[in-house]
Amino acid sequence: MDLFRITVSEARDLLIKRQITAIDLVRSLSERIDAVEERVKAFITLAKDSASRMAEEAQKKIDAGEGKSLLGIPLAIKDNMCTKDIRTTCASGILHNFVPPYESTATSRLAAQGYVLVGKTNMDEFAMGSSTENSGVQITKNPWDLERIPGGSSGGSAAAVAADECIAALGSDTGGSIRQPASFCGVVGLKPTYGRVSRYGLVAFASSLDQIGTITKNVRDSAIIMNTIAGHDPCDSTSAPLPVPDFTTALGRDIRGIRIGIPKEYFIEGMEKEVELAVREAMRQLESLGAIPVEISLPHTEYAIATYYILATSEASSNLARYDGVKYGLRVEGKDLMDMYMNTRAQGFGAEVKRRIMLGTYALSSGYYDAYYRKAQQVRTLIKKDFEDAFQKVDVIVTPTSPTAAFRIGEKSSDPLQMYLSDIFTISINLAGVPAISIPCGFTSQNLPVGLQIIGKHFDEEALFKIAYAYEQSTEWRLRRPTL
Amino acid sequence: MASEEADPMNYESVIGLEVHAQMLTDTKIFCGCSTRFGSEPNTQTCPVCVGMPGVLPVLNRKALEFAIRTGLATNCTISPYSRFARKNYFYPDLPKGYQVSQYALPICEHGHIEIIVDALTRNIGITRIHMEEDAGKNIHEGAGQYSFVDLNRAGVPLMEIVSEPDIRTPGEAVAYMKKLRTILRYLGVCDGNMEEGSLRCDANVSVRPVGQQELGVKVEIKNINSFRFVEKALEYEIKRQKKVIEDKGTIIQETRLWDSGRGITESMRGKEEAHDYRYFPEPDLVPMTVDQAWVDEIRFSLPELPDLKRERFVSAYGLPETDADFLVSEKSLSGWFEDAVKLGGQPKAVANWIMGDLMKLLNSENKTIEESPVEPARLVDMLKLIEQGTISGKIAKTVFEEMFKTTKTSGEIVQEKGLVQIIDSGEIEKTVDEVIAKHSKETERFKAGEEKLMGFFVGQVMKLTKGKANPQMVNELLKKKLSS
Repeated sequence: MDLFRITVSEARDLLIKRQITAIDLVRSLSERIDAVEERVKAFITLAKDSASRMAEEAQKKIDAGEGKSLLGIPLAIKDNMCTKDIRTTCASGILHNFVPPYESTATSRLAAQGYVLVGKTNMDEFAMGSSTENSGVQITKNPWDLERIPGGSSGGSAAAVAADECIAALGSDTGGSIRQPASFCGVVGLKPTYGRVSRYGLVAFASSLDQIGTITKNVRDSAIIMNTIAGHDPCDSTSAPLPVPDFTTALGRDIRGIRIGIPKEYFIEGMEKEVELAVREAMRQLESLGAIPVEISLPHTEYAIATYYILATSEASSNLARYDGVKYGLRVEGKDLMDMYMNTRAQGFGAEVKRRIMLGTYALSSGYYDAYYRKAQQVRTLIKKDFEDAFQKVDVIVTPTSPTAAFRIGEKSSDPLQMYLSDIFTISINLAGVPAISIPCGFTSQNLPVGLQIIGKHFDEEALFKIAYAYEQSTEWRLRRPTL
Repeated sequence: MASEEADPMNYESVIGLEVHAQMLTDTKIFCGCSTRFGSEPNTQTCPVCVGMPGVLPVLNRKALEFAIRTGLATNCTISPYSRFARKNYFYPDLPKGYQVSQYALPICEHGHIEIIVDALTRNIGITRIHMEEDAGKNIHEGAGQYSFVDLNRAGVPLMEIVSEPDIRTPGEAVAYMKKLRTILRYLGVCDGNMEEGSLRCDANVSVRPVGQQELGVKVEIKNINSFRFVEKALEYEIKRQKKVIEDKGTIIQETRLWDSGRGITESMRGKEEAHDYRYFPEPDLVPMTVDQAWVDEIRFSLPELPDLKRERFVSAYGLPETDADFLVSEKSLSGWFEDAVKLGGQPKAVANWIMGDLMKLLNSENKTIEESPVEPARLVDMLKLIEQGTISGKIAKTVFEEMFKTTKTSGEIVQEKGLVQIIDSGEIEKTVDEVIAKHSKETERFKAGEEKLMGFFVGQVMKLTKGKANPQMVNELLKKKLSS
């Protein structure tokens, strides 16, 4: 048996039953990485030495009878979450040498449960992008077709999970950055409710939209990891002081009578036929499991992308101001202070990041604030209200995750607007702050995965787990794996 | 009008002050670092106040409480809903590239304080009080090519207290600053030290023809760091603006720096002034909702404020207004006074001793009332010796000086130095006879009508008795003997 192929829950079973050791598991993954990473390029930093150390420590605890939920489980972390003493670059030249002196809350919670850090995964620079083509380090390849992108911005995490280079991974999602790559790579991606998982230590792109979530091989693994990372954090004022349920108890529950909203605005022109077919088929499958489809409307959907690109870039323009060459990261000297600032930022940031900083700076400028930022906030309120209204009628909403399957490297990189459309079905969810999960729901004729997105009410991740699990278990998509 | 406009003599000045007060919290506004002044550079920092990637602010509740205290003490409305905003600009001492401040929804608004100038009471409006974080400090030292940044001060909580343009003269501006300082010190929210920078002041100044309603073009003056400079800088700037008008020039809206060395304000036109701060709501902090019960609790905990205390000192102790004014200018001073009165000191006598000898001695040693070596009890004891006639008021001055230098009581000093007043009329008469016998010439002149020689005789008697003779008895005896 190829150990690297197992899931979190399987690994946990084997470890507790002493059928394998944490060291075996890490070694198997290390071999797998040696075999495929050169082609996939999912990682920016591999933590081989510390992974062995963490595995040994985990094994000692297992031997001592400790029962922590992630003891000895090798996970990959997107390279925008601070890991103490391990380089955290955000795939940006400006942080190429940045070694955080502190640990993010999400990863320190994983550590408290005994996880093993495999490495830090590739991403679009500062999470700005949908393909990893904006990475300042490398382009990650889709394990299903190495000519194609894995999606983004958490493309490294999604590809690493799909390619079995880790058992599961954390990503971050600002406009679809977990769900779209999960969809493109045929894995499960969860963006929790805004405020469910602490953002402390997540390098900010757009503070009011960013949320850490999971990328896993199946729904159960997502629930297991969420049990660890979710919950209020005194270091994050925007994290919700709400109790966290045991998400695994939602798995296996009956979904009969569940009302599933199907927004008419989400089946748009320009959507790939095969994607639409797969999603429609998945809806029928849910119906056959007893769910009740209800057509709904999210009338402000068409404004979501414009709204998002004003708010996200405005926040980003301010969040990225700290990369000034003074304290850490890249510094390019200049003849005076202003010159140093300009050289550092000109050289340190990539084109897309610069584009977004400029867009956001413009939107916040005196004289334009009302027309752009304020207006966008107002529209955001309307979009939120769309979801509130819809959730009066239905329990969850089901849509495609992305209008297409994974596209070819370079296919959209020259046209930012085309690229932005890739997130058309995921962006509204971040604006509304609600949770959503993407699960595999079929394949195109070119053997590319298609994702189904299930959207829930605020803090109702349990509904997502329940329905996603029921669907997953009733189909066999999860059994298909890429050949590498 | 035209002729009036041409005559700067008919112009009045309009002044508004923006006061920054460093709050006396133990820890910084958004992290747990100490606010202590004067430590080694960068020793009071953490990832949050250094602006590391991924960190988030958490509001120090004490800072909010201090702002509310100040708002209540200055008759402000406390906003039930208030929020932070980001003020964006690049500077090496600003680690995040933005300052977390308040903009659209400050914590306190619509207040006022009373000032008295030349016996005239005036109300000065407070537009708003908001909270913000302080920046660090750039240090330009040594001959090397680098400057240094000390971030110990970064994140120290500040209040910005903005007045209405209600101030008309530099004298009023100083009175306003002093009153504000007194209130802040009463509340214990700021130490009010202008020299150390814990209280800073920027002024907005314009001039306009007397009677005109619209405000003239305003000039902002920065870098005023003492009460004396408040007056000097404003006087200079008003004179400058009047001169511009006199010379038929136009006043430009600009920021000017007060140069205390040269006693002038200087334009800082150019790059530094061309800021567009791109304020927008801080997405990392949730809006603050302040509940009324808490505000009431804070209101009940406020100390007696200077205005009320002054009234009470006048009515309860029968003090003249000027005495009361002086005594309430510092909470500790009024406390010292009341302690002495409680111990049985006659209020006016206590006030006289504080305002006279005590202040003189304290000032000569650069000490505050809190550091006074003389306690209220020792003063009251000494006052009793005067009342009982044991020592004269003149001797008391010597005794008091000795009390200030030692820990001895007045009784001990009087004993030790033999300063007990001579009230034995026989002993005094003996000395008087001796003096008259010795100065026959003067006696003749006195008898011939040269009455001003009385002082000479008193002096001689006092000299022989080493100042201990009861002056009244000396006077009476001399008169009797010389006129016989």
